[in-house]
Amino acid sequence: MASNEEILAGLAEIINEETGLAPEAVQPDKSFTDDLDIDSISMMTIVVNAEEKFGVRIPDEEVKNLSTVGDAVDFISKAQA
Amino acid sequence: MARKVVVTGLGATTPIGGDVPTLWQNVVKGVSGVRQLTDDWVEKYDLPVKIAAKLSVPAEDVLGRVEMKRMDPSTQYGVIAAREAWKDSGIEEIDHDRLAVAFATGIGGVWTLLNGWDTLREKGPRRVLPMTVPMLMPNGVAAAVSLDLGARAGAHTPVSACASGTEAVAVGQELIRSGKADVVMVGGAEAAIHPMPLAAFASMQALSKRNDDPEHASRPYDIDRDGFVMGEGAGALVLEAEEHALARGARIYAELAGTSVTADAYHITAPDPEGLGATRALKAAMFDARVQPEDIVHVNAHATSTPVGDKPEYTALKAALGDHVENVAVSATKSQMGHLLGASGAVEAVLTVLAVHERKAPATINLDHQDPEIPLDVVTDARDLPQGDIVALSNSFGFGGHNAVLVVRSH
Repeated sequence: MASNEEILAGLAEIINEETGLAPEAVQPDKSFTDDLDIDSISMMTIVVNAEEKFGVRIPDEEVKNLSTVGDAVDFISKAQA
Repeated sequence: MARKVVVTGLGATTPIGGDVPTLWQNVVKGVSGVRQLTDDWVEKYDLPVKIAAKLSVPAEDVLGRVEMKRMDPSTQYGVIAAREAWKDSGIEEIDHDRLAVAFATGIGGVWTLLNGWDTLREKGPRRVLPMTVPMLMPNGVAAAVSLDLGARAGAHTPVSACASGTEAVAVGQELIRSGKADVVMVGGAEAAIHPMPLAAFASMQALSKRNDDPEHASRPYDIDRDGFVMGEGAGALVLEAEEHALARGARIYAELAGTSVTADAYHITAPDPEGLGATRALKAAMFDARVQPEDIVHVNAHATSTPVGDKPEYTALKAALGDHVENVAVSATKSQMGHLLGASGAVEAVLTVLAVHERKAPATINLDHQDPEIPLDVVTDARDLPQGDIVALSNSFGFGGHNAVLVVRSH
């Protein structure tokens, strides 16, 4: 079971791998689209990599509700519980 | 009077040079880029062919990590070559609505396609990457180059097997002549050194099995040739309307004076033994350029080193050039870098332009015993070409009966 800090760090690593964004730019209040400039194709790659890393399932219909990094951390945290 | 088309930029990444200056230096010297494959899949599948010519400078040494992930290797190579050609052209400001792309591939994103299939079978559909489609589509290279340059006058992908790269050059010429574009980035890219295509080409007995002696495996015109060696890479040329190039004071390498594309309509893979389709392509290209057989001083031949393929090209050259064929310096550069499939015509176009510009025909290696049925004047040690107005040809032929010929003239 990962803590929220560990989930955030894990997401930052996945996002860095996919987009090259510096891990420290990935903060809970950042919007994936408006702040981090992540397009829908990159978002799906990040989602699938996060599923594998954290052993959770993020349904496609949930992805559109994950507008900020914090939303994703919360979703993954609850899904792990 | 048709607009004149000139070449103002060159780029390449190949098994014997990661850029044009290195490629040219090596192709004049005469080196082999063919090596034994060390990938684990060679032993795993016990491939009958264990040699190939990979890039001398891997793409990851040139491109960024994130960029690499979003491109199939074929697109990576094409983008590397196109960026070099663009920089080389010196174009800084341009009307992007008048800039087009014609970038070919023979196979397209075969690594992406087959990796996606492996992932589906091993890990399920969820793990098949969302970038799979844009990475595997054959127009992916042209699209990526268009995006990279901001080229908005169309991005074309001629696909005609091993004639693809040459056909892309012909498409670019037409775009400029017809007035649809002023500048066209043309080229070809291929990255198919994957076990499945190797197995498939080996299965049709097209590849050399000289596994113990890779550097001597690609030997066009030699009596002991036993097939081609698969290579990979990309070539790119900036084609420009002459008046556009002159207006900006560009360095002009040569004129692309004529092109021609024909089809054999004879057999799906075997070349017409009389070389009739190739002969028509040669004659039509020379007519297009308004040159005579006696004007030709150099040919960069298709010459893949297959037992059945090399001779019909000679037959066609003899038919198109007559007795003058004896006076033409013929270079078979696949002897050095193997066969780059859909990229080969683009790389050979780069070499033909440089041969005219530098007035030097590049070397053909591994010609120990020339096939007596192919009495061409093959350039074994790089040779000076005459001063004055000179003309050279570049031939490419592809499975499917595709024939494409370029005529390059000094400028």
